[in-house]
Amino acid sequence: MERNNNLHRQVASLRQSLFDQGYVEEQFIELEELQDDATPNFVEEVVTLFYNYSARLIHNIDQSLEEHPLDFAKLDNFMHQFKGSSSSIGAKKVKIECTQFMEYCRARNVEG
Amino acid sequence: MNIGSGSVLSSTGSWKSGDVVSDQFPVGLRVLVVDDDPTCLKILEKMLRNCHYEVTKCNRAEVALSYLRENKNGFDIVISDVHMPDMDGFKLLEHIGLEMDLPVIMMSADDSKDVVMKGVTHGAYDYLIKPVRIEALKNIWQHVVRKKKQEWRDNNFDQSGSVEEGDRQQKQSEDVDYSSSANEGNWKNSKKRKEEDEEGEERDDTSSQKKPRVVWSVELHQQFVQAVHQLGIDKAVPKKILELMNVPGLTRENVASHLQKYRLYLRRLSGVSQHQNGLNNSFMGRPDASFGTISSLNGLDLQAIAATGQIPAQSLATLQAAALGRSATKSAISMPLVDQRNLFSFENSQVRFPEGQQQLNNSNKQIDLLHGIPTTMEPKQLANLHHPSQSFVGMNMQVNSMAQHNNSVVMRMPQSQPTAQMLCGANNGSQASRLPLSMQQSLSSEGIPGAVLAQCRIVDNARASVYNPVSQASSMVDFSVNQSKELQNYNFSLGSNSSRMSTLTNRGMLQEEANSDIKGSRGFPTNYDIFNDRHQPKLQNWGLQNVGSSFDSSHHPSIQGTQGLSSQLLLQQGISSTHNNGQNRNGPIGKPMYTNGEESGHTNLMGGQQLNYVSRNMLAVKAERFPDADYQSTNFPEQFGQDDLMSAFLKQQGSVGPVETEFGFDGYTLDNLPV
Repeated sequence: MERNNNLHRQVASLRQSLFDQGYVEEQFIELEELQDDATPNFVEEVVTLFYNYSARLIHNIDQSLEEHPLDFAKLDNFMHQFKGSSSSIGAKKVKIECTQFMEYCRARNVEG
Repeated sequence: MNIGSGSVLSSTGSWKSGDVVSDQFPVGLRVLVVDDDPTCLKILEKMLRNCHYEVTKCNRAEVALSYLRENKNGFDIVISDVHMPDMDGFKLLEHIGLEMDLPVIMMSADDSKDVVMKGVTHGAYDYLIKPVRIEALKNIWQHVVRKKKQEWRDNNFDQSGSVEEGDRQQKQSEDVDYSSSANEGNWKNSKKRKEEDEEGEERDDTSSQKKPRVVWSVELHQQFVQAVHQLGIDKAVPKKILELMNVPGLTRENVASHLQKYRLYLRRLSGVSQHQNGLNNSFMGRPDASFGTISSLNGLDLQAIAATGQIPAQSLATLQAAALGRSATKSAISMPLVDQRNLFSFENSQVRFPEGQQQLNNSNKQIDLLHGIPTTMEPKQLANLHHPSQSFVGMNMQVNSMAQHNNSVVMRMPQSQPTAQMLCGANNGSQASRLPLSMQQSLSSEGIPGAVLAQCRIVDNARASVYNPVSQASSMVDFSVNQSKELQNYNFSLGSNSSRMSTLTNRGMLQEEANSDIKGSRGFPTNYDIFNDRHQPKLQNWGLQNVGSSFDSSHHPSIQGTQGLSSQLLLQQGISSTHNNGQNRNGPIGKPMYTNGEESGHTNLMGGQQLNYVSRNMLAVKAERFPDADYQSTNFPEQFGQDDLMSAFLKQQGSVGPVETEFGFDGYTLDNLPV
């Protein structure tokens, strides 16, 4: 019992820190709300899906980053997809980064 | 991302013929979601399930389109992403709109104004910004309702020159009351419903029509057509037309837009026959087929077409008028009208009304469907239609106007138009033709199928009008008039058309208006199934049920009124090719097949069905998928008895795929205009 409680508390604080650090945002809460008895692992499934999808995406991004000259349009596209995905699950930071990346792409700022 | 699938209203069971939304609504709303992002797709699915909607998801636009095409009335609304690898979300939007006239909601992480504007102009019913919140999804059903209302409204509206408020009217209960006067008004409204929601909030009120809409009633449309004829299609300039018409309260702009639709319609018609005039993309081709059969659709088709393609309401009116004229003559007319309609429909955005129906005949291009229609709706017929169909004209107008709305829908229109035409043609003989017009109109309102709807109207059942509304209209129309009620047909068709029109995408509910008693002939909801690519949205499958299949029934028996009208499912359209994107031809234009049989049952073959042309008078083909299924399915599915139409349509359709064209209808055989 106690162990359970402990675990719960840990999970709760971990979760809270995610919010505090700005990794995650409100949308995530919505996701959590979606989860119910019928689909108990909903959030987990979604996040897993997200990871898979973004892993692929990141791989693609990496590849295109290696090309010279840089294809900003393509990168922009990738970023857009990534942004959409991440915002859907509430991954705030990722989304912000994506937006920034897109800005750089627009400005053709290689350094960025 | 995929284009949000427009939800098709038809489901939820609430759409009964009675058009009263049941308490259950929006539970059970059938949504199709299209997005290439699996995360998002999954989240949406879950959210929608929580709202108690039925969800189907797919990550590719083509898959979505095929779903839509297969299940004409299987969906109420479509939600699609904007950025997708295989097809642009807007394209899908058009397709759906043209082919099956379903409401489509776009979504994207991109919230820049220009993209959102694009969504609106392409006919999206709403635009959500990702991340999508569940609250936003909870409200999507309103679009369905709205659309339906518009369709009905269009069908019922019959006010000449009356100014109608834009879409907003939609909220009219979907009652089957559509049968009341031309739905022109509705038609317009529905078309315009594009909403843009940058915040991701759904704005139910889609594009509110800022300015009052002129309802192109049958009479008005006829006047318009006459004026145009007098001047000569080439020389017809809005100013002169306005003077000739001498209608108080009508502005030059109204005439101009109507003219544009009419021209498109004509183009579509001729394109249809030729099969591709290049005008409207594939749609036109199809219509030909259906048109041939539907001859009676004449007047109506125009409307349908007009409606779909966003043909300016006015043009539809013209078409309708033309179609109406035809309806009088019934059977004979169907063809010419149909062509006309096709023209209209194809041109969704540009639909220009071909001058009177004559053009329709000539115009083959636009509407392939028209060709299909065996009934040669000669201009004379059109003339005939005019007389009796006076009422239709009005209706067509509406349809046209509706068609205008949806430029994007243009595609749709073609579909509807053919149906309308067909309807008209068919009706001519029987009277039913009138109705299709109305129906189409209503369809047009939906914007997409508008064009298609237009066509439907004419035919008794030409209604394939796209949305279920059409079906409603048809039911309303109750053509019971069958007998020579010509006028009644109009109403009927109008009613149904309107409903159909909106549903132009309706899958081709072709309602064949029972010739003899008007029965049913009008209800054809032309559902253009042009789904070509429609990814989206609008699963026009609404109610147009019957698309094509029902044509048989061409019922004679007083057609089930509204439903039968489902217009002759513009089957031709094959609306499946529906263009989803915005304009597209989503509405499966059930070509209104007219089964002239006795009454000119126009069977609006909605969408794919090509041809239920049932030339018999009564083709009440319910091409449309009326969400309520009530209307449609009940009424007409059997209507199509009109063999003629049916065969005609069938020929056409098959693949309505042409959807690509703007109108979407082009490819469609008039049968089902209502896509």
